Amino acid sequence: MGDTARNPVTWLGSPAFPTAAKTALADDQLRRNLKHATGLIRTKRAGAVAELPDWEQLRLSGEAIKDDVLANLDTYLLRFEESVAARGGTVHWARDAAEANEIVLRLAREAGADEVVKIKSMATMEIGLNEALQAGGVTPIETDLAELIVQLGNDRPSHILVPAIHRNRTEIRDIFKAAMPGTEDLTDEPVELAAAARAFLRRKFLSAKVAVSGANFGVAETGSVVVVESEGNGRMCLTLPETLITVMGIEKLVPTWQDLEVFLQLLPRSSTAERMNPYTSVWTGVTPGDGPRDFHLVLVDNGRTDTLASTVGRQALRCIRCSACLNVCPVYERTGGQAYGSVYPGPIGAILAPQLGGDMHDKHAASLPFASSLCGACFEVCPVRIDIPSVLVHLRAKAVEAKPKYSPEAIGMAAMSWVMAGPRRFRAAQRLAVAGRLLSRGGRIRGLPFPGSKWTDSRDLPAPAKESFSAWWKRTRG
Amino acid sequence: MPTERATGRVALFATCLTDTFFPDTARAVVRLLERLGCSVEFPQDQTCCGQMHFNTGYRAKAVPLARNVASVFAGYDAVVVPSGSCAGMVRHVYPDLSVTPGPVYELSEFLIDVLGIEDVGAYFPHRVTYHPTCHSLRMLGVGDKPLRLLRAVRGLDLVELPAAESCCGFGGTFALKNADVSSAMLADKMSCVLDTGADVLTAGDNSCLMHMGGGLSRLQAGVHPVHLAEILASTEEEPWVTPLATR
Amino acid sequence: MGDSRDVILARIRGALGDRPDPRPVPREYQRTRDFPSVLDLFAERVADYRAIVHRVTDPVELIRSALAGKRVAVASDAPPEWLVPEVTWLREPLTNADLDACDGVLTGCAVGIAETGTIVLDGGVAQGRRALTLLPDYHLCVVRADQVVGTVPEALARLEPTRPLTFVSGPSATSDIEMDRVEGVHGPRTLEVLIVSQ
Repeated sequence: MGDTARNPVTWLGSPAFPTAAKTALADDQLRRNLKHATGLIRTKRAGAVAELPDWEQLRLSGEAIKDDVLANLDTYLLRFEESVAARGGTVHWARDAAEANEIVLRLAREAGADEVVKIKSMATMEIGLNEALQAGGVTPIETDLAELIVQLGNDRPSHILVPAIHRNRTEIRDIFKAAMPGTEDLTDEPVELAAAARAFLRRKFLSAKVAVSGANFGVAETGSVVVVESEGNGRMCLTLPETLITVMGIEKLVPTWQDLEVFLQLLPRSSTAERMNPYTSVWTGVTPGDGPRDFHLVLVDNGRTDTLASTVGRQALRCIRCSACLNVCPVYERTGGQAYGSVYPGPIGAILAPQLGGDMHDKHAASLPFASSLCGACFEVCPVRIDIPSVLVHLRAKAVEAKPKYSPEAIGMAAMSWVMAGPRRFRAAQRLAVAGRLLSRGGRIRGLPFPGSKWTDSRDLPAPAKESFSAWWKRTRG
Repeated sequence: MPTERATGRVALFATCLTDTFFPDTARAVVRLLERLGCSVEFPQDQTCCGQMHFNTGYRAKAVPLARNVASVFAGYDAVVVPSGSCAGMVRHVYPDLSVTPGPVYELSEFLIDVLGIEDVGAYFPHRVTYHPTCHSLRMLGVGDKPLRLLRAVRGLDLVELPAAESCCGFGGTFALKNADVSSAMLADKMSCVLDTGADVLTAGDNSCLMHMGGGLSRLQAGVHPVHLAEILASTEEEPWVTPLATR
Repeated sequence: MGDSRDVILARIRGALGDRPDPRPVPREYQRTRDFPSVLDLFAERVADYRAIVHRVTDPVELIRSALAGKRVAVASDAPPEWLVPEVTWLREPLTNADLDACDGVLTGCAVGIAETGTIVLDGGVAQGRRALTLLPDYHLCVVRADQVVGTVPEALARLEPTRPLTFVSGPSATSDIEMDRVEGVHGPRTLEVLIVSQ
């Protein structure tokens, strides 16, 4: 533990995005799977959103409620802590991943558990809880179907909502057949695959002493915690074991119960593109005779307060992890999530992971804000109106600041800025640029040395015109 | 056709890319606006809006360029830009750089919102598909204005581009920094363009057209990238001429 | 631990040094909507999730035909008229193993939401604790017409947040395989709903 520990939000040893993307792009099966899945969900989302005549009003409310939470985060956290404690829950605070993991491990051991059942949770993935539990002698069992596919396949997640989105049904069948006894005759029908997971996990649910969950929302006013899910694995974990440990980022609050009426409309339609997800569970502390007898809530900072300090970047903390931005992102669609080298992939990951990680000297983290063409599709669908393109550009400036002052790029940019800030210099440069026509055939440049080859490897470049427009204007009208 | 319009002083901001690489587009804007009764000025001291610097993380290097644009175009009642991307930079980013922009309009905005004209009297007997560039679409929100202008062009056969709203993969320095992803996006865009059977691909931004055109030219696909302004400037008397070689 | 709490709170206060003053929260969205028939919509939207839906004036006949000959769990405070003799009723105390082995469960509910086709259980009358509606593979739920509201905001206004709540929208499902919804993972794989209106 301590302030110098590396934040596990990005995966150690990840290559910079362009390198990882190149590998991913070479995988045709991956690209087909992603194109199919994101195409399907994009169309469905558009339909689910179009059904609500007040969608834009809901987005505006969602944005403002989350901004209020962030602007008064200390007040709301204390209110939340008080409400949870008043209903029999115990609240823990963790500065970073290591401290959060320590707390969960200690609580699991105290409950006498050597294995815990887990609900899919971005927070626990972010802090690397599974690895920490395993190292401490407690086996974590992922119970969400997609997480199970990732865990059984010794794979890494590639999507916020559907960590195994990079796998198609046939690949999933093969993973199950290899890992689950008695599945020799399994077909690749999704209903059959779901049934196999049901049979595999049922015994675990019935015997588990401790469950670990994340939280979609915490209600400051009442101390209620909300988990939104589909399969019922969440309900199993939240209801059956005697001890429940919930790990929650400090930004996941809403002020009042009524505020949930906004988010319970925004989230399902943005994430799984449904009117409502199959199951949403709400609990407040401990209810005698129903569910766990012991409830612990671990509030995690892990880079969030640093993110909060940036007036531009803090809007990333509005995120409700719906993953709509991933599904519409043209970059994500081609590379998949693993290329981002973080539990948070896609556009939101490109602004969240570097901010939580807090180290722009890290080449991998610094490459993430550039993993976007700034097309703006992510902002358009974001249910809490995070202006992802603006934050990306803001973080690009941070990445540039962290780079050597005299990098070739910095020198080039400075030179271009100097030329263009002086109209006479620019006109002179335009006249010189006409010499570029010597490289061309028929006005097209087909090959340039590095770094121009980055362009001409796949596309032609037009040569500068024989006469620029400004020269023409001066000659004919000036 | 009206002869005089009360639009005040109108300036053309050609943008550095169009000025240097695509002078035909800027000439087309002048011809079009003059035909519609505007007198157009071209302040010679204009250079670049600074978007490339800003978007690549060189914010401080964008500031002198933004200040130059603001000072060059100060005093005009309307600044017409044949680029959704540069217009978006000026309108939406300059305030953030503490630079106060004048009234800039992307070409289709100026024609429809300021001049109130959808039928500009153009003639363009070709099969055309339109790519709504990301910044026109999402940063400026020009909506269907370019399409409304195109639909009113005589002789023009407008065919819908599949997955039109997907980015072509240009993204400024993204095309270099993430060249592989950019090229993959471009490949998909080109296959959509080819599916339309169009002879001409148009858009409101020469940067994206340069990117898509660069891909189409490499494929020797025979599809010509043509800026919206050039289509709208084309008339029966003075029609757009198919380039012999792709420029 | 108290230490970390103080550290985090101090970090937050430091991070908010610019004293952001958020705008008042706009609430222009609709709390209610004009649906031609809330009950018709509820029935249609529940069925959209591939749940089985019946409209009845009295639930008893359907309870009988759906459950006859079966071993069915039921909350201790279920209305006596539901407890038809053709069914073997399992009452609390029930172990997880009992629930896992039974044929199904019969409950009421707290609220129905028409727009989203959702049933909300709050552990109140005729609903029992949460495990009751979770472990059995079949759930028959009786929804009274007066329990059905139009929208999500109307539903939340009727609910008591400190009770354990479960929002159920169709049978258990997953979108984890190629992002397409298929029914049937851990919760009840069959959901049958009786909408009772006089």
